[in-house]
Amino acid sequence: MKKRFASLWFRHLKTDWMAVGHPQLKGIPFVLAIPNHGKLIVNASNHLAEQEGVYPGLAIADVKAFLPSLKVINERPGLTEKLLHSIAHWCIRYTPVVAIDPPEGIILDISGCAHLWGGEESYIRHIGQRFQQHGYDVQISIADTIGAAWAIARFGKENSIVKANMQFDTLLTLPAQALRLETSVLERLQSLGLKTIGSFATMPRTALRRRFGNHLLFRLDQAIGHEDEFIVSIKPILPYEERLPCMEPIRTAEGIELALQQLLQAICKRLIGEGKGVREAVLQCHRVDGKIEQINIGTNRATAHEQHLFQLFALKIAQIEPALGIELFILKVPQVEEVDPVQENLWGNRIGLDNPKVTELLDRLKSRDPACEISRFLPAAHYWPERSMKTADSVREVATVDWQIERPRPTRLLRIPEPILVTAPIPDYPPLLFRYKGEIYTIKKADGPERIEREWWIEKGEHRDYYAVEDEKGQRYWLYRSGHYDDSLSNQWFLHGFFA
Amino acid sequence: MLLTEKKALIGQLKKDLLVWQGVPQKSADVLPMGLGPLEEAFPNGIFPRGVIHEFVSFDRVGGAVSCGFISGLLGKLMCNGGICIWISCFHTLFPTALKSFGVVPEHVIFVRMEREKDVLWAMEEALKCEGITAVLAEIHHLDFVQSRRLQLAVEKSAVTGFILQHNPKLLGATACAARWKISSRPSQLEDGLPGIGYPSWDISLLKVRNGNPGCWQMTWTAEGFEPVTKTRQEPSDWAQSYLNQGLA
Repeated sequence: MKKRFASLWFRHLKTDWMAVGHPQLKGIPFVLAIPNHGKLIVNASNHLAEQEGVYPGLAIADVKAFLPSLKVINERPGLTEKLLHSIAHWCIRYTPVVAIDPPEGIILDISGCAHLWGGEESYIRHIGQRFQQHGYDVQISIADTIGAAWAIARFGKENSIVKANMQFDTLLTLPAQALRLETSVLERLQSLGLKTIGSFATMPRTALRRRFGNHLLFRLDQAIGHEDEFIVSIKPILPYEERLPCMEPIRTAEGIELALQQLLQAICKRLIGEGKGVREAVLQCHRVDGKIEQINIGTNRATAHEQHLFQLFALKIAQIEPALGIELFILKVPQVEEVDPVQENLWGNRIGLDNPKVTELLDRLKSRDPACEISRFLPAAHYWPERSMKTADSVREVATVDWQIERPRPTRLLRIPEPILVTAPIPDYPPLLFRYKGEIYTIKKADGPERIEREWWIEKGEHRDYYAVEDEKGQRYWLYRSGHYDDSLSNQWFLHGFFA
Repeated sequence: MLLTEKKALIGQLKKDLLVWQGVPQKSADVLPMGLGPLEEAFPNGIFPRGVIHEFVSFDRVGGAVSCGFISGLLGKLMCNGGICIWISCFHTLFPTALKSFGVVPEHVIFVRMEREKDVLWAMEEALKCEGITAVLAEIHHLDFVQSRRLQLAVEKSAVTGFILQHNPKLLGATACAARWKISSRPSQLEDGLPGIGYPSWDISLLKVRNGNPGCWQMTWTAEGFEPVTKTRQEPSDWAQSYLNQGLA
């Protein structure tokens, strides 16, 4: 999937935070200072102080000379990291992958997240509004690469979104600082008059490497997307996996069962806590001789029911070949889904498809014989008999159209209609008798024809004229003639089903 | 002791036996199956649920007819939204037809297993599951031990089981509560109307545990089962020969 990143830049991160905590600081210029070589240096200034010309790096003594009213607060060490971390944790609501980007930024991996807020525009508008309500001055941008998002958040227009694969064109007009370069390289670019990225991005790479080193090209590639860039999420996504090392190699079925029970207990506890259930699970047994034996199960509906999962695995324990013994068990759950435990309790004793016991039964059947087909049929909006039903995708799927029962339908339908020989008055009377597998059936009563057209937009072919017929014993058959009556075709009649 | 007293005593004992065997008493909350006089063949006049019913058929039409009749029974059993599991080795049932027998086809789960052994295993598992109303399995042969296992499974869960035997080579004794054979008979049309009319069947109840076997004629109409004859008939020729000597 195409990656999308959002970069958040807090222009006055620390001073905004101070102002939120101390309302008396609102509306007055103030700075945060740290001691450096025996003198106090401005480390962060709020926007009012900036308007007066107070920027980080100036000595407090100098600043006080031209702005005596300036309020100076000593900064606690490690404040930036602490603030960024707490903001990043707050941002988990927008995406599961959030990384801090010191000194003043946060990076969100928003791949596949923005549509939940109605698109990227409303996504960043929403985030921006929330930060503004809290009193933070933030600039957000979205791009395909971290480098581009970083650059545009700091040097581009406010809250801008770079469309997919457009980051190169957007970067061209930005200053060279937007590439996150070292100061020495920046100074050299400056002295050569290469002020924007566009002024050097199209130069030959060898020339750029000789004059400015590899780092410039590396950063340029990262911003354009030729080079991958990784972020370290503050909250890594733990895989659903449990391990159980054994002191002694396990060789018996009882031992494997005990290990499995322990693993299932641990994983189900975690899953229940997170409101999730297993759809697929794998038990890997690492043997002493280095081989890995594995068994896997699947369920029809997400479940965190320990006993049921154990039963599913228990049907397959016999497939594990322990040989000299198993020293490590790993239970992995590659596919989980949300479950609603409240609902499960509510419907616990209900008759019907909602009953979890039924889905558990289907799981057991499927895991005993993976080749078995479990299907439930729903009506489909087709008259053509073979297409008049479809298999349901899930236990919860309901019919969208009605079953067509205006005309009688046979209880048994042959998959492939079988050709028969008939004696029938032309042009469209039902047959008088027909021969099927060497036997002759005399028809006493008949109903029809019922013409069913082939759906030309799906496949080509003749229509069918169906007749329901009854022989002298009362046995009923569903016959049809394919197409119009035609002398040249010898066999146009087929048997398609048996009625009750 | 007088003969009438003896008869009364034996009658009372028979009734007690039925109670001890768990056969329910006739009461208002047990809905009739709509089979009319046929239901009198069963103990206490109630179609037994929570047992195994066995159906035999000897050709493809016979199988289709049995499916239709069973669907009619399922329609009554599943009217409260229950579900049915239909297990077989092949897929030939046409779900649309179930609808015309009063079954909601969406409530039937079709399971196709590769081997007949697995069909019986799946049936036993399904019969133990309490959330299901009925289980139907299509097989070719059922022996006594297998039927006993199935019967034991339903006794705990009260699921009704149907076994449809196609072309059995040998019809031996089984532990099933009833053995049926359904065959078609020419339908009766009113006043020479064209068409084929409603399906009409000869229903032979070959064996009933604690009941009276016999033959009935039945029609499936838009309203459900409709008995053609009001009384039980003596078994037909085929059934008679079956009852006398078993099937070769």
